Amino acid sequence: MIDLEIVVANLPLYVRGTWTTLWLTFASLALGLVVAVPLGLARTSRNPLINYPVWLYTYFFRGTPLLVQLFMIYYGAGQFAFVRESSLWPLFSQAWFCALLAFTLNTAAYTAEIVRGAILATPVGEIEAARALGMSRRLVLRRIVLPSAFRRALPAYGNEMIFMLHGSAVASTVTIVDLTAAARIVNSRYYSPYEAFLTAALFYMALTFAIVGLVKLLERRWHAHLRPLAP
Amino acid sequence: MAAEETPALEVEDVRKAFGSLEVLKGVSLRAHKGDVIALLGASGSGKSTLLRCINLLELPDAGRIRVTGEEIRLVPRRGRLVPADRRQVERARTRLGMVFQQFNLWSHMTVLENVIEAPVHVLGLPKREAVERAEALLAKVGIFEKRHHYPAQLSGGQQQRAAIARALAMEPAVLLFDEPTSALDPELVGEVLKVMRDLALEGRTMLVVTHEIGFAAEVASEVLFLHEGRIEERGPPAEVLGRPRSARLRQFLAGHGARARRIGHA
Repeated sequence: MIDLEIVVANLPLYVRGTWTTLWLTFASLALGLVVAVPLGLARTSRNPLINYPVWLYTYFFRGTPLLVQLFMIYYGAGQFAFVRESSLWPLFSQAWFCALLAFTLNTAAYTAEIVRGAILATPVGEIEAARALGMSRRLVLRRIVLPSAFRRALPAYGNEMIFMLHGSAVASTVTIVDLTAAARIVNSRYYSPYEAFLTAALFYMALTFAIVGLVKLLERRWHAHLRPLAP
Repeated sequence: MAAEETPALEVEDVRKAFGSLEVLKGVSLRAHKGDVIALLGASGSGKSTLLRCINLLELPDAGRIRVTGEEIRLVPRRGRLVPADRRQVERARTRLGMVFQQFNLWSHMTVLENVIEAPVHVLGLPKREAVERAEALLAKVGIFEKRHHYPAQLSGGQQQRAAIARALAMEPAVLLFDEPTSALDPELVGEVLKVMRDLALEGRTMLVVTHEIGFAAEVASEVLFLHEGRIEERGPPAEVLGRPRSARLRQFLAGHGARARRIGHA
């Protein structure tokens, strides 16, 4: 049977791990989103000099495992003398920074493609109507295209948030004590994988539940235009 | 129509081709304040393209466009005409209210938000003033009580009336209607035509691409019949619609006759 004592005794470790998982996930999601919006826009550009480099970036980060990306940054960066000698080395020698960087670049790639798809799905007529009323390109983008694209992107982005939360488990492979690492520590200490990982799983599920709730809240605000009228 | 008065809209010799297909082969027209010009023609005759060239949603290959006397400066670049000053085009568009066949309301905004959007963000009108103006217009087109609804929650006729209010909120010099009733269920056509008739009676300057012969006959001050990119006949509705000279117009009117009679009785 499940040995609850192990779980209770190690709760502080799990809570610390959850906190690490949380801030890593949401910091990279937030940074990634900021990066992804201009990148997604660039992906809709007809200018190949703008579009193609971003395509290459998203192709690379969506085409390789997050774990490989993290190892390349964490283990790979130190291989180069110019990195070790640069002023950024104090950052690159830190596991948390490497994880944050890898996660941000990864989620930005996925989110950029989500943003691109949502922008391209903007009804042409709505853009024409905006232009016909004298709006500048910038204004059309700010007032019409992006607000409507963000609404369309919300369900897909909700998934991306969940994927990022679960993907952040790879941080445990580079000395970061996140939720998964906490479970591994407990397992190696007591040889009780079931207790150790089931507890982590429940924590992850609770976090996922919170994300789903957050998306639902945003949908209620943002998707009012898709709801049928109350009878 | 005093001769010295600046026309609200002048179009001179506008040409437009899509690839090798010449859609407009030199079209000119002039709308003075209060004119209601109906543009008739079979599909593919270039009427919608003409309207879209006037507010530069399509760039004409040649020709001049003057809005309230101001010519939109177009300069050749890589074998085509482009606006010399995008700002000038944007300013001109604020004076040309466009109503589309598919309404094209912004789906993520309520009706009221749709109507105040451009007055606030393009004209810089204070929001309170824009809301007052919008509510008055929505009352006028008969959908005041729907102002907090989203477009998807309205019928086609209501959406088109909202789109008309959105165009009116800019207080444009000319209203351009691009087949405003063609996407509507037959029973919803009347409510939109009624609003347009009221606007004509108010003395608004209107350029209307339409298949509604009855509306053209009753409301227009001038009817233009387009055929294959040229104006085949033009003149007062009684003359053009009553005594068509060309075989093509007679054919066109015969094809639309049944519909015209139906609308006339409605």
